[in-house]
Order: sequence, then C-alpha cells, then structure tokens
Amino acid sequence: MNGANEKISGGVGLAVRGLCKSFDGQEVLKGIDFTVQPGEIFVIMGPSGSGKSVLLKHLIGLEEPDAGEILINGEPITTPEIAAKYRMALVFQSGALLNSLTVGENVGLYLAEHRLKSPAEIEKIVSEKLTDVGLKNVMDKMPSELSGGMKKRVAIARALVIEPQLILYDEPTSELDPVSSVVIGNEILDLQRRIGVTSLVVSHDRDLAFGVADRIAVIAEGRILTIGTPDEVKNFNDPLVQSFLHADFKREK
Amino acid sequence: MLLFWRTLLALPLAWRHRQKVKEQFFEIGNASLLMVCMLSFFIGGVIALNFGPPLVERSFTNAVGGVVGLGIAKELAPVMMAILIAGRIGSAMAAEIGSMRVYQEIDALRTMNINPVHYLVLPRVLAISVALPMLVVFSILTGWFGGAMVANYNHLMDIPFKVFFADLKDIVELSDVANGVFKSFCFAVIVGVVSCHQGLTTIGGPRGIGRSVTKAVVNSIVLIVIFDYILTRFLLK
Repeated sequence: MNGANEKISGGVGLAVRGLCKSFDGQEVLKGIDFTVQPGEIFVIMGPSGSGKSVLLKHLIGLEEPDAGEILINGEPITTPEIAAKYRMALVFQSGALLNSLTVGENVGLYLAEHRLKSPAEIEKIVSEKLTDVGLKNVMDKMPSELSGGMKKRVAIARALVIEPQLILYDEPTSELDPVSSVVIGNEILDLQRRIGVTSLVVSHDRDLAFGVADRIAVIAEGRILTIGTPDEVKNFNDPLVQSFLHADFKREK
Repeated sequence: MLLFWRTLLALPLAWRHRQKVKEQFFEIGNASLLMVCMLSFFIGGVIALNFGPPLVERSFTNAVGGVVGLGIAKELAPVMMAILIAGRIGSAMAAEIGSMRVYQEIDALRTMNINPVHYLVLPRVLAISVALPMLVVFSILTGWFGGAMVANYNHLMDIPFKVFFADLKDIVELSDVANGVFKSFCFAVIVGVVSCHQGLTTIGGPRGIGRSVTKAVVNSIVLIVIFDYILTRFLLK
C-alpha cells in the first residue's frame, strides 16, 4: 500500500462506509461506518472476537470487503493510484518481524527492496528510526533476541521508515507490561505531535485507549456501538459499552 | 500452475534478487552435496551388483559399464536426486514460507508493497533450478564411480576400471547425460514451485505447517514420477 513517488506530507483522512464481511457464512463485520480526520488518533476498542483485526486488514488491503467502501482522502482504496499516492503502514499485533533478518534489515527492508536509498543511507535512516523509538545497539540482533515490547517498537520503527501518512496499530500493547504499554502509548502520541500522522489504533486496552485517543469507537459483534471523544464514550449509556468499560473483578472483602 | 506463471513473469527481476538466489543456492549445495555423492556412489554400486553378475555370466561383460552408465545418467540420478531434494530442500522451503505465513510475516511484506512471489518464491525456484542439475552431474559421476568400484572389486565381475569406462563410453552418449540433466531441471522447477505454493497457502498454526510440509514432499514426488514418464516419452522421440 505504499509508494514514495508522489509525496503528500501530513496525515490523511480515512472514511469507512457500510463495510461488511463474512467468513464461511459467519458475519464478522455488519456495516461499519466511521471517519477519521487527518492527524487524528482514532481508537477502535472492543472485546476479543468483535471484528477489530479483520477491520484493520481491510483498511490496509489484506482483505477485500463483501460490501461497502474505504476512502483515503475521499478516494476509494481500490483505486490503483492510491498505493503510489499515499503511504500507509500497519504495526502488527505480533510485530510480524521477519525472523530470518536482523533488526536492522527488518527496519530497512522497505527502502532496500524498493531501492529507494543507498545501503549507507539506509543504515543511517534505520539507526535514526530505532533511536526514535528508544532502541539503540539492536541493529545486529535477531528478532528472537528481543523482548515483546522491543519487538513492537522495532515494528513501529519499520513502519516509520515508510514515512507513513496513516499508521494502523493492531493491539499495540497486548502482552506488554504496564511500563512498556505506556512507552508504546507515548510513542503513538509523540509521532502524532512530530509528524502529524493519522493513527488508527485497534485495542482492547482501556488505559491506552483513554490515554491516547482523540476519539474512540466501541465495536462489538461486528457493529459500532458508539463513536465520540473519550468523555462522550465514558458517559454513553449503553449496557454493552458500560460493561466493557467497567469490567472488573469482584472479590469479597 | 498460477504460481508457476507468476514466477515466470517475475523472471526479469532475477538479476535484482541475485544475492538471495546466491544465498539459497549455497544453502541447497551445502545441505545436499555430501548426501548426493554418498547416495549416488551406493546407487551406482547396487546397480552394478544387481545387473553385473548376470550379464557377465551370459558373456555380456562389455554391457555392464553401459547399463550402469545409462541407468544412472538417464533415470536414477535425476529421479533419485529430485526425490532427495524434495525431501531435504522442498520440505524446508514449505516449512519456512509456511511459518512466515502463519506468523503474518508475509502479510507484513504485502503491507510494505513487497510481492512475496518476487521476494520469496523467485529466488528459491531459481536457486533450486540451478542447483539440482549441478547436483545431478555430481550424482552421475559418483554413481559411475561407485558402479566401477563394485564392478572392479566384486569377484563375480572383476571388470577393470579402464574396461568399465571404455564400455560405458561406447554406449552412453553426451545426449543421454544432457537428457538426465534436462529432466532434473524440470523436476527442480516442480519441487520449487510446489513447495513454495504449499508454504504460501499454509493455514492454521504449527499443525498447518506440518501439513504443508508433508503435502509439499508428497505432491512433489508424485509429480516427479508422472513428469518423469512424460519427459522420457518426449525425449525418446
């Protein structure tokens, strides 16, 4: 979904209209509608199995919808020129680093494969991007030598190399300790401040969602229940939303 | 078939991926050369042992070199080596690409606008297509040597090296060796494409990877045997 021929700086707007998807007769997405403003951090939260990751795969073009459309700055994502015009990146839940490549090779893969820079320039950019996400002296390490949090930060660095106008994060804090989760959350905020990138975060981490989001959408069973600012979502009077937001342990005293 | 066609269309990019082709080529060579030589030496020996004594007994001593030479060059070396490579290299290809698919590494490539066929399949198919015919040349030579050793030292034959190779040279022509090498090239393409296809279509977790590996090896072997007949029929004309 990326190309570096025609550079358009700043974040892009995203609109999803009536998105539907079924797998083997089971409806996963049942008419999803939302818009994301350029430079906004938009968080989609919902319980496991609500269709969040499937939605994300549609947004990056890894899945094709049964019905509905996705627009980037008003242009359908299926338009061939979209890939050359806008740069998008996805930070996978698992990081999805190529295990046979070093961290440096992973981060510089996009530039190397598309021959956009010389090897020396790639090394410099990779080092810069890794420093941006708080990682030093890891370029020659293999992904298997990194912790979960480090892998996610490397995945973010790999996304940054593309100089994206839209970054999609799939459960960026899952499997991370609270400190690492905060580091990742701050990273998302910092990127928006520094490069004005549009961020779409899919997560069921309530702390992350209310900590970084400009707006939040709550999704359950393939439908969006509500969209609004963190305060609006907190006060939204719907039993499903409230039970998701206030789920807690009940321990007798 | 579709993957084969896509790989063919990607051929103009071969030079660009030469480094990856080189890496794969050396991996295949390192992993297989010793095994190929050992296997071929004993196959040559067994052929000589099986066919030599009856031929000598019937006064066809000068046919031993030819039978061993022809059998190895035209049939046994290309087929056995292709089966060996399907088990040794094809399984590894299917497992590697399959695990990349399961752990979303291939999705990650796609999001970076990197075509998995160009990045993963093309270098592997090219490397195996160059490596297998070369391994088959080694296989033919060591197979002949194995046959000659047995023919020389087995008391039922006692055929000197010089005589064995002179008889072999009388019957085996360069075109026979070329036929065997050409067949091995076709088998290499089959193993490469089938194994990569199984890897790319892997679904599920580790169990899915195991299934893909098994299918890659079994399907490759079945196709090798079928195409062996078709190619032999075609090359006979």
